[in-house]
Amino acid sequence: MKITVGAVVEGATALNYKTGSWRDQRPVIDESLCKNCGICEMVCPDSAVHEVNESLEIDYDYCKGCGLCARECIAKAITMVFEVK
Amino acid sequence: MRIEKKTETVLEGSEAVAHAVRACKPDVISSYPISPQTHIVERLASMIANGQLSSQYVLVDAEFSAASVLAGASAAGGRAYTASTSQGLLLMTEVIYACAGMRMPFVITGANRAISAPISIQPDHQDAMSLRDSGIVQIYVESCQEAYDTHIAAFKIAEDPAISLPVMVCMDGWILTHSYERVELLEDSVVESFLPPFQPVHFLDVDHPKSWGPIADEDLYMEFRYAIHDAMEQGKGRIKEIFSELAALTGRDYGGLIEAYRTEGADVVLISMGSMSGTVKDAIDDLRAEGKPVGLVKLRCYRPFPHEEIYEAVKNAKVVAVLDSNISMSSEGAVGMDLKAKFYGRPNCPRIIDVIAGLGGKVINKKAVFEIARRAADMADGNGSSDESFFWLDLNRSVL
Repeated sequence: MKITVGAVVEGATALNYKTGSWRDQRPVIDESLCKNCGICEMVCPDSAVHEVNESLEIDYDYCKGCGLCARECIAKAITMVFEVK
Repeated sequence: MRIEKKTETVLEGSEAVAHAVRACKPDVISSYPISPQTHIVERLASMIANGQLSSQYVLVDAEFSAASVLAGASAAGGRAYTASTSQGLLLMTEVIYACAGMRMPFVITGANRAISAPISIQPDHQDAMSLRDSGIVQIYVESCQEAYDTHIAAFKIAEDPAISLPVMVCMDGWILTHSYERVELLEDSVVESFLPPFQPVHFLDVDHPKSWGPIADEDLYMEFRYAIHDAMEQGKGRIKEIFSELAALTGRDYGGLIEAYRTEGADVVLISMGSMSGTVKDAIDDLRAEGKPVGLVKLRCYRPFPHEEIYEAVKNAKVVAVLDSNISMSSEGAVGMDLKAKFYGRPNCPRIIDVIAGLGGKVINKKAVFEIARRAADMADGNGSSDESFFWLDLNRSVL
C-alpha cells in the first residue's frame, strides 16, 4: 500500500474506523418509552442511529457516546450508561 | 524561442498581476478585498464584467471563506486564484494548512503587509511568515514586471504533478501593488503555450466519490506530512526549470530560486527578499564603486528553501547579513533562522548576522543598507565593536 497524493482516498473509508471504541458512556434506548419519532437519528453527529424494522437502533461500532440523543429525546427514552468492564 | 512581439505598457503593480491572472484563465476567483490587495481583485472583476475573462467570481464574507472557495474549486478540478494580505492571510491560515495537505494547486497573491496590533497597513513580511510552515510555496518578487511573470509561472509550479501545492506570490504592499512601472505583457497565445490546461491529480466526481484528507492515525499521518516536505524538496529542480522555460519565452531571467548579485569576490553578502532588493542592489553598486566587496543574494523562492543555492553563492564570503522583514518574538527573523539552522556545522560557513528591518514599512533606504554593510564589514575584519549576530535596524530607542 502506498499513500496517495493529498490524502485523497476512495469514499466511505471512514467506515473502517470503528470509532465506537472511543466511547466511555453508551446510550441505551428504553423501547417501552420510545415513540419512534427519529429525533435521535437526526441529531446524531456520527449517523450512528438507524431505523431497523420500524424501531431505532444505535450502531455501537460508531457511536462515540456524546449523549446528544439522550439530551434531545423528547420521551426521555435514552439513558447514558457508563461503559464498565 | 524568444517572443519578439511584445506589448509594452505602464501599469500599476496590481493591474499587472490582474493581467497575468487573466491570461492564466482561472476557473474560479474568490474575492475579499483588503488593502493593499484590493486593486487586483477589483481589476479582475472589471475584466469579467467586460467579457475579457469568464471565471466564476465569488464574493465571500471573509478570507476564511475566500480560501475555502479555492479548496472547493480545486477539489472540483478547477484552476483557482485569490489575493489577500495581512490579517486576511492570518484568517486563511487554518484553511491553507489543510489545502497544502490536500495538495491543492491554487495561486494566491500575498500583498505583504504588517500584522496588527498596532494596526499598520504598511508593508512587511510578517503576514506571509504566518503561512511559512503550512506547505504553501512562497515566491517573493522585486518589481511589477517580476510580479507579472512570476504569477504566470506560479500556476505552472502549483499544478506540476510532482509538486501539486498552493503557491503564494509575495509582493510588497503599496511599494509594488500601487506603483506604476513599465511592464511587458505576453500575448495570450504565448501564455497558453507555456501553461497547459490544469490536469488535476484527483477531482470530485459524483460517480466515483472520494474523500479529501480524511483521518490518518499515527500509522500514516507523519508519512503524509513527510510527503509534503518531500514534494517541496524535490520540487526545487522543477521550479527552476519552469522559471527557465518562462525566461526563454520572455527574455527576462530572474535567476531561478535565488539571484546572486555581484557576489563574486564578496567578503560581505546581504540577503533580502522582495522590493527592498532593488534598493540593496543600488547601494551595493555604490559600495562596489568605492572598492568594497559587497554582494547580494536576492531570495526569490523562500519555500521551498534553497539553502544549497544560497550556500554556493555565499560560501566564500566572511559575513552574511540577512535583512529580515519579520520577527519571531524572542528569537530572530525567519530567513536568518533558516540560514543559521541549515548552515550550522558546514565547512567554510560565513558568520551570519540577522537584521530585523522594515517592520510596518519602516524605510529601508540606501543609508540603512550602508549601515548594515558597515557592521557586517566590521565583523568580517574583526576590528570593529559590531560583533552582534542579531539586531534591530533603526530602532528609535528614545521612545522606548
